[in-house]
Amino acid sequence: MTKMLQVDEVGGVIEVGFLEKNILDESNIQQVGEELNAAVEGKPTPQLILDFGNVEHLSSAALGILITMNNRVKDVGGKMCLANIRPQIFEIFKITKLDRIFTVHETAKAAREDLN
Amino acid sequence: MTGMSNQSEGWERQYDLASTRPEIDQAVSEILEACTDQGYEESATFAIRLSLEEAMANAMMHGNAGDESKRIRLSCRIDGKQICLEIQDEGPGFDPDTVPDPTADENLTIASGRGLALIKAFMTRVEIPRPGNQLKLIFERV
Repeated sequence: MTKMLQVDEVGGVIEVGFLEKNILDESNIQQVGEELNAAVEGKPTPQLILDFGNVEHLSSAALGILITMNNRVKDVGGKMCLANIRPQIFEIFKITKLDRIFTVHETAKAAREDLN
Repeated sequence: MTGMSNQSEGWERQYDLASTRPEIDQAVSEILEACTDQGYEESATFAIRLSLEEAMANAMMHGNAGDESKRIRLSCRIDGKQICLEIQDEGPGFDPDTVPDPTADENLTIASGRGLALIKAFMTRVEIPRPGNQLKLIFERV
């Protein structure tokens, strides 16, 4: 199965990039969820950056995975930031008012500064 | 696919699809290509793709309850003024008035239930005739 995410850990911060441009179909989305869960497994208070630079299309089911992960990270006192979201994709966050529950930064650099 | 026509003034096609990703992806891909061929801008094809993906996922997972043997009927008509999509599954239908508002404060951290809200935001008009197993989506060119 093709990997959906590139996961790196830099200075205690987990940085996640999407390898696929389209996060749309059910199996891809499920796999994103599994890879995200694996990335934070064993971290007492995960500090997480999701870089959307490569993402061109996103479905509501993918938003669900992000919400679930945000809830999980917040519940244990960690923090999740979203970064580098192109305007069309950010419109989806605004329509659903999810821009109010996610911490969103224009760049991954700004997200790193927030977490450090 | 059950019928097709390519006319200089527009594009029209009907599909009778299994509830499986390969058939759905093929149909979506053809429709997006037709939108581009008919001169619709990238922002329009983005809206169509998002809405069509949400509608097809709902038909497959909710309407047809993941039963791959159940069919999804999809029709698309594109002309210079608008794109019209109709998606019908074999499920019992749903009452759109009972769908909770996903943007209400108490629902913001719930992981599901945003598909229809996104479709309504990106389409010019959405009709859901009773019994609610069919969506008619209209995107008008600005």
